Formats: sequence, C-alpha cells, structure tokens
Amino acid sequence: MKPGVILAEILEGRRISGEEFLFLYQEADLLALARAAVTIRDRRFPNDLITFIIDRNINYTNVCSCRCKFCAFYREATSPDAYVMGKEELFRKIEEAVNAGATQVMIQGGLHPELGIDYFTDMFSSIKRKYDITIHSLTAPEIVHIAGVSGLTTRETLQRLAAAGLDSLPGGGAEVLHDEVRTRISPNKIRTAEWLRVMQEAHEIGLKTTATMMMGSLDTVEHRLAHLEAIRELQDKTGGFRAFIMWTYQPGNNELMGSKVTSLEYLRMLALSRLYLDNFAHVQGSWVTQGKQIGQLSIFFGADDLGSVMLEENVVRAAGLAYKASKEEIIDLIRKAGKTPAQRDTAYNILKIF
Amino acid sequence: MDKRWLSIKEKVENGERLNKDDGIYLFSVKDILSLGELARQVKLKKTGRDVYFNVNRHINLTNVCASRCKFCAFGKGLDDPEAYVMDVEEAVRLGREALPLNITELHVVSALHPELPFQYYVDVTRALHEAFPDIHIQGFTAVEIQYFSDISGLSVREVLQALKDAGLGSLPGGGAEILNDDLRRLTCPRKATSQQWLNVHRTAHQLGMRTNTTMLYGHIETIEDRVNHLIKLRELQDETGGIQSFIPLPFHPQNTAMSHIVRTTAVEDLKMLSISRLMLDNVDHVKAFWIMLGVQVAQVSLEFGVDDLDGTVVEEKITHAAGASTEPGIGKSELIRIIRNAGYNPVERDTVYNIIARY
Repeated sequence: MKPGVILAEILEGRRISGEEFLFLYQEADLLALARAAVTIRDRRFPNDLITFIIDRNINYTNVCSCRCKFCAFYREATSPDAYVMGKEELFRKIEEAVNAGATQVMIQGGLHPELGIDYFTDMFSSIKRKYDITIHSLTAPEIVHIAGVSGLTTRETLQRLAAAGLDSLPGGGAEVLHDEVRTRISPNKIRTAEWLRVMQEAHEIGLKTTATMMMGSLDTVEHRLAHLEAIRELQDKTGGFRAFIMWTYQPGNNELMGSKVTSLEYLRMLALSRLYLDNFAHVQGSWVTQGKQIGQLSIFFGADDLGSVMLEENVVRAAGLAYKASKEEIIDLIRKAGKTPAQRDTAYNILKIF
Repeated sequence: MDKRWLSIKEKVENGERLNKDDGIYLFSVKDILSLGELARQVKLKKTGRDVYFNVNRHINLTNVCASRCKFCAFGKGLDDPEAYVMDVEEAVRLGREALPLNITELHVVSALHPELPFQYYVDVTRALHEAFPDIHIQGFTAVEIQYFSDISGLSVREVLQALKDAGLGSLPGGGAEILNDDLRRLTCPRKATSQQWLNVHRTAHQLGMRTNTTMLYGHIETIEDRVNHLIKLRELQDETGGIQSFIPLPFHPQNTAMSHIVRTTAVEDLKMLSISRLMLDNVDHVKAFWIMLGVQVAQVSLEFGVDDLDGTVVEEKITHAAGASTEPGIGKSELIRIIRNAGYNPVERDTVYNIIARY
C-alpha cells in the first residue's frame, strides 16, 4: 500500500476500506490528506461557498441521570444549581434568537427522571404555534430516555415528537460509537446499537439527523474508525444523515480530565473523515471545540461548513471554554480563507450569500 | 495552479532566490496548502525532521518606556501606578527561581527607561552572568542597544562590546517592527530607524554575536512592506551570516493605541510563516512564536515551513499585556508532545542552536 496510490483512487471515486483508513492515518502526509479532502469537497460544492447557521442552543435542564465522565454540565436533582426551564424563559430565549436572525433552535438537556413525552410535545407544539423556527432538537439518548419514562417505544416517541413539531435530530450522544469507549466514559448512556437504531428509526419516519463524534477522550483510532464505519453503513441504508460533525473532547471540570487533542490530530481526522464518509454531503469544522483559528483552518482540511453562530452554548462553556464568534467574525474568517461565506438553514439551503 | 506559481516553485526547487515580485505574488496565493508544501520542502532540506525548542526564562527589567509605540500595551509612563523597575538582585532572584526548570537561557527584554543609566544594564548582565555562568544570556533588542548608545554617548559598537564583556551572549530580534521609516514615524517615532536597527545587528554579528530577527505584521503595513522587510534581512544575512532565525510576529491589537485593527487570522499567519521560509533562503530557522500565534496554530505551522517553536517562556509579559490569550508559559513536556504528535523530532537546543537533547 502507498498513501499516494490510495489517495489517487479515492479521487477516482473509490470507497476506502477500514484498513486503508488506518493506513492513511498512520502513513499519509497531512497536507496530501488535506489536498485530497479539499478536492473531494470542492467537487461536491463547486460554488466556493463555506456555510454557517445562526441558531440558539437551549438546555432545558441540567439534571441528568447519565453522569458521563467527560461532562461538566450535569447536576444531581438535589444540587442547588439544578434547574428545569419553564416555558416563559424558553419563549424569551427563542424570541431573542428569532430577533437575532436565528433559523434554528437546538433544544437539548439532561436525562431528567421526571420529564416525559408530554413535556416535550407540549413544548414543541407551543413553539411552533408562536414562532417560525426549525426545531433541531433532542439527541438519541434523550429519545430513549423519554420513551422509557413514558412507556413508549422509541419509534412511537419519535412519531409523536415529529407530529408536535420536531423537525430534525442532532447527532449528539454518539460520543464514539464503540462500546469499549462508551462503557468507560459514559457507562449509563445508551450503547452503540441503540444510538444507531434511534437514528435509523428517525430516518425511516422522515426525520433527518446529523451524526457527531466526540473524539479524544479514551478512544483509539480504531474506535473512531468503528464509529465512521457504523455511520457510513447506516447512511448507505437510509440516506438520513445530513452532516458529519466531529468535536474534540474538552478536558476540564470533569471526572476524566486528560489532555486535549492537538490541532494537527484534529485536522488529520477531519480530512480523513471527509475521505472515508463518501456518502455524507456535509462535514463540519468545529470552532466551538477547536477555536476560531483551527475552525478557519478546517476549511483547508475538507470542511464545507463551520456550524453555528451560537447564541448560547452551555454545555461546552461549562468545561471552561468561552469561544464566542459573532456572525461578523465567522464571515471574516471565511473571507480571509479566500472563500465566500453563506448563511444556511438546517437543511443546508443557502439563505444568504455574503 | 497558474504559470506564475509554477515558475516560483521551480525556482525554489532549483535553489534559486525569489525576488520582490515573487514575494508579493506569493501573498496573493489562496491555496495555503501549496505554500505549505513548498515551504516545508525547503525546511526539510535545511533541518530535516527536527523541530527545535529551548527552555528559557523571560525577564522584563522595566516597563517604563520613553518610546510608547502605538502597537504596545506594555510600556508605561514613569508615574504610572503600574510602572516598575527591577533592581539587580530581583533579576538574579528571578533567574535563580527558574533554575529548577533547567533553563538554558535568560531572555532579557525591557523598555526604554528614561532615567536608568546604561551602567544599570551592564550591571544586570554581569550579575546574571556571574550568578549563572552556564546559562546563555540573550538580551536587549536592537532598539534598546541604539537607545543605550543615545543615552550613554558611546557608539553602538562600544555598547555591544561592554555588554558582551559583561556576559551577553546574543541579541533577540525584537524592535524590528516593520523596517520602513515612514511607518516607523507613524507607529514608533521615538524608536531606532530601520538603518539603525540593521546596523546594530550588523555590528553584533561583527563582534561575533548571533542575533534573531523579527517582523511585526498585521497592523498598518502593506504586503510590499513585508516583502521589503524580508529582503532587507536577507541582504544583511548575505553580508554577515549572523542571523540565526526569523520570527514573524502577528500584531495583537488589544489594549494598544491601534485596538481598532482586527487580529490576523490563522490563514494569514500560516501564509506569513511559509512565505518567510521561501524568501529567506539564507536563514536556517523560521520560528513560530507560540505565545503570539497560540499553541494550536504553532503546531500546524510545522507543516508550513517552521522548524522552531521558541521556548517554554516562563512569565512573558509584553504580548500578554496586549491581550494574548495563550498561557504565559507551557511545560517542556507539552512542547515535546505537540512536536511529536505532528510527526517531527523534538530537539531541545540552547540559544545558539547547539543540541542539548533529543526526545
């Protein structure tokens, strides 16, 4: 095997195997990977646009029975700073978001033992009555939890939520889809098979989702490959994933600690993800976990989207990060990378070119 | 890629020197991966897969400054409540505190104090050298040296000789800013002129001292100014061979008189580093000063022609006064980790690039 040969074959449209992925991870020159990833990206999106979305993250509760070791956000129900958000506050936040130009709300929270299906159907339908906004909300672990609390199947839960106004699901809670990792970092969270089943059910009833990966805690490159294999396979079956979003684990204020993934490790994995996931249209660069500088460089490593100009992000901030990027800053970063900035909606329709 | 690029690439691959127009053209290249590949190729030829760092301690003797440049957030007036001057004992104490970190360099850079006599700097240098004879003292930018000459009535050569006799080993590259006197008049009118700056370095080289060089970019300079600056350094290097490294420094606008300027982005920083590598064909080392670039971009720059990450830099004050959000110092193990993780060989060096250890 030679990295150059494999890369040339990828550019001819050949799908790569897991073995080749591992080989490229070990052996390929970073800039050669970047070049291939950018070439593939540009073929899919020849318009030179790099997109972003304006949205607001709303975390309805921080009470969580999951208590993942990498998480700095969760609280016990009895903790003095535990909360469940009321409707008034929820509406105020959405109102602010709409006024700031947001087209999407991402409502996510802890696995609260008392919040069942009615809380969410009521929340979503009342949002839809008042606002013209996309509800891109609830991760697979939340779906499983809500189903459990309410005595429903996950399919029924998804159907009822969709009927109430849920538009699509974010890919959170996937962490790394390998049970060796999950049992160590998030022992109380759903396992790989369940995450994939919820995603498949969502796709089958017409809800699109994204797929995320949080790399860099206790995972090896083989674990990450297993993750990519699982989502590529499901995507072949359903076509329901809109994008792949890779985050890096943030050590700080949690049980796991450890050290941070370096920027080159992140960029290498990003480029490889673009090459491996030949059936994913969109690959997102993460300025939230990597910072604006590496976020900008992700454009040269295969990303076509910089995610969101977030109005609020409590979970990442709780781990000690306070990256804020206004719309103007994101536009400036994209322009200075020599690309054309464009605002998109949840379905990746272009709303405005800057 | 276009013809122009191909001809530049060919020149670089044949070891031919790039001219001013080539340099200006390179800044218009959008594809930073190509710039990176070419700059890295040059780096690999010069220093292979080695990436250098050193373990040093910065000592900023005073922040009282008669120069008060517009891009500076560090300098203070004499009567400012935050103004300070270290006495000789304090400087020695700081050096001693850093000994357990196995430092090989004391990096002494300060301000242009309106009242301290030249003798003070000689005394500090001698005291540090006598206390730590095995530790290299890199100190005093060309701007400080020129200022010492102005206040003492000694020539630049005499000033340098006196400091060398007291134990000074080499000169840092600071104070170059942009070597264009029109811009210097606007941003740092009381500082050494371009010619004076270059002359201090030339004289230091003649006295057997090696120096680093820098450029402060991303403020009001043009691309042409940047290229001219690189060419001036290249010409001096042809003459003396005394420049051991070049360090482009992105301007940090916060808390300065030019705070309206937007900080350069990572793409611009990587471009600057790779073009420096391509233009400075006679300089061995291009250094990414992680304090200003951030550790993350500094690591990426290793694929863009950089072969040095500077030092562990215990307690750096000047960039942090201008709002740098990097940590004030990182450990040797972290530098080794990011170099190794990038696939390069971490090499600890002393100030003048003798190898201390490979990791």
